[in-house]
Amino acid sequence: MDLTFSEQETAFRDELREWLSANKPGDAPSEGGEDAQYAWRREWQHRLYDAGWAAPAWPTEYGGRGASLTESAIYFEELGSARVPLPANVLGLLLGGPTLMVWGSDEQKERYLSPILSAEEIWCQGFSEPDAGSDLASLKTKAVKDGDEWVVTGQKVWTSGAQYSKWCMLVARTDGEAAKHKGLTYFLMDMEQDAVQVRPLRQITGEAEFNELFIEEARIPDENVVGGVGNGWKVALTTLMNERAGLGFALQIRLRQLLDDVIAVAAERGLLENPLYADALAELHVRCESIRLLAWKGLTDVERYGQPGPEGSLVKWLWSDTNQRLTQLAADIVGADALTVGESFSYELLRARGNTIEGGTTEVLKNIVAERVLGLPRLKVAA
Amino acid sequence: MDFGFTDDQCEIQRTARDLLAERATPARVREHAEARTTDAALWRELSELGWPGIAVSERYGGQGLGQIELSILCEEMGRSLAPVPFLPSAMAASAIEQAGSAEQRERWLPGLASGETVGALAAAVDSTAELVIGGAEAQVIVLIEPDGGGRVVAAEDAEVTPLEAIDPTRSAARVSASGEQGELPGEVCVGLGRALISVSSELVGVCDRALTMTVEYVKDRKQFGVPVGSYQAVSHRCAQMLLDTEKARATAAFAAWTADADPERLAEAAAMAKAASSDAGREVTAAAIQMHGGIGFTWEADVHWLFKRAQLDAALLGGAGRHRAQLASILADKLGASAAA
Repeated sequence: MDLTFSEQETAFRDELREWLSANKPGDAPSEGGEDAQYAWRREWQHRLYDAGWAAPAWPTEYGGRGASLTESAIYFEELGSARVPLPANVLGLLLGGPTLMVWGSDEQKERYLSPILSAEEIWCQGFSEPDAGSDLASLKTKAVKDGDEWVVTGQKVWTSGAQYSKWCMLVARTDGEAAKHKGLTYFLMDMEQDAVQVRPLRQITGEAEFNELFIEEARIPDENVVGGVGNGWKVALTTLMNERAGLGFALQIRLRQLLDDVIAVAAERGLLENPLYADALAELHVRCESIRLLAWKGLTDVERYGQPGPEGSLVKWLWSDTNQRLTQLAADIVGADALTVGESFSYELLRARGNTIEGGTTEVLKNIVAERVLGLPRLKVAA
Repeated sequence: MDFGFTDDQCEIQRTARDLLAERATPARVREHAEARTTDAALWRELSELGWPGIAVSERYGGQGLGQIELSILCEEMGRSLAPVPFLPSAMAASAIEQAGSAEQRERWLPGLASGETVGALAAAVDSTAELVIGGAEAQVIVLIEPDGGGRVVAAEDAEVTPLEAIDPTRSAARVSASGEQGELPGEVCVGLGRALISVSSELVGVCDRALTMTVEYVKDRKQFGVPVGSYQAVSHRCAQMLLDTEKARATAAFAAWTADADPERLAEAAAMAKAASSDAGREVTAAAIQMHGGIGFTWEADVHWLFKRAQLDAALLGGAGRHRAQLASILADKLGASAAA
């Protein structure tokens, strides 16, 4: 057991920290709404790209730094600590690129990876559907072969960044006869066609991070199949497994910062003297530290044994629950600012409600823990 | 960064687990619990193997290993509920080694390391501790006062009144010392921090065992024609038991590491570990009883021994609330320090 960083890891952190302090993107644009914000994040990714910091975890042959898992975690911790935004094309960098590296053909890697890195082409994820959320494999969007093209019809939901995207990682049913996990295929769909309509999905915060996609006979060339026809479930799992890997470290740092902010307000108002607040804040501190430790433990398990332990699901579960408790406690401690539109505390209070739903609901995570970690029998449900 | 154990540490863990699985079987534990006796033969065997002195330095006859190794053994003690005074003795040794004078160390550590002397440690007010685990059989007792001071007293110089604690796998007593002698001149807080980590690690073992027993039971027990563990009301509670256990495990492991490698953070890490493990110990063993249903409430099922051990350990040196209060004051100090800087 050694909870210190190696010289190489420390050097990596120092170099990045120095670069970040000299190259911070400044404040987000206050005018121009979400489009202006997105353009600002895209510009930010381009600056990261120019300095070789857009995706350090990517192998050097694809333009990354071949960073280890630990270094990659350090990268997200540092982005969080510096309070800079995540790169605009985060789904391409974290999900799309790594999925192509595993399943893509040489031509696909050649064609797609570099524009992901430079934010020239933005990616989005077309997995969930109105009737296929936690039960993703029951999705209904259909792709039918027509010559060397596929014709796709269906509806997708929770597609963040769709309005800015060039490519969509789309999972569609190509064989209606096959068993539910087996009839799926993974495509790269060009978003720039009239057959794909993007409609913003306004969420409880008032903003629209996500979209609905209405797909009416969209065309996808056969060469845009990833990992082979009928293999879509396996390819999608690769994408989903990448979903939590690095991002968790950035989220954990944001939670820490928010807790520190709330503790500072509590101290300012003399509320740390109140044993009820002191107890609640200390409990959040324990949870925050547990999240950090479990995240690092999960990562070192992967480095040591080559496969993630149960920590992945536990960390996401604990993080989402803790962020909700923290933002709720903040309403008591900071008062009006937590209940006034336009304030960061009120935004966090509302946004946190999504945490226990997105990226695997807490209920599904508990099922995963019960079945795959504890080996409990699965409840028989109607097929 | 690596959370894994070294090969030597894995070996200690494996040896301890195997040996205790053989010696401290549920039947054997029950026998001693019902008779309220210590397993003297097991204590002798463990002493011959050098376990009581694992973290005592070599100059006093110990093995000179660290808190991580001691914590590994504590966890196995919790898992097996071995009816021996390992935890109280180890806690006393930590405090005397970290905070004792040269004379106190020379007087007590060789015996504690060899297992010939049994020790105990407890929180006290004005030199009276209402409940000292292991107190009825200890020859040396460390009392820690609320102001952070501590003293070490020989049992023969104190008033020791045996008690029947709800956990019958270890002895207990009320201990009251008169006079002023035996004050620990050194850093009592370091010894206390290590003691907190040891009890936290024991609680991790208790939780882990309670979870294992529960998972086995709910896989096996059928109602309405299916294993009860297939119901989400049951399986999700088991998942919660795992989360609580892993939180306790991660914070205890971190604390054990700081004790040897980053003592500046020891007080904070020990408070975190004790807060997380005290809550986990109570929650997880209570859930174990509930998930066993009616059988879990019977004397016959072994799950109540775990609940009882967890209750004693969770209260030992202060429960979760006390350690969260401690953490809050550490956080406030940090904030004050960074504001001043």
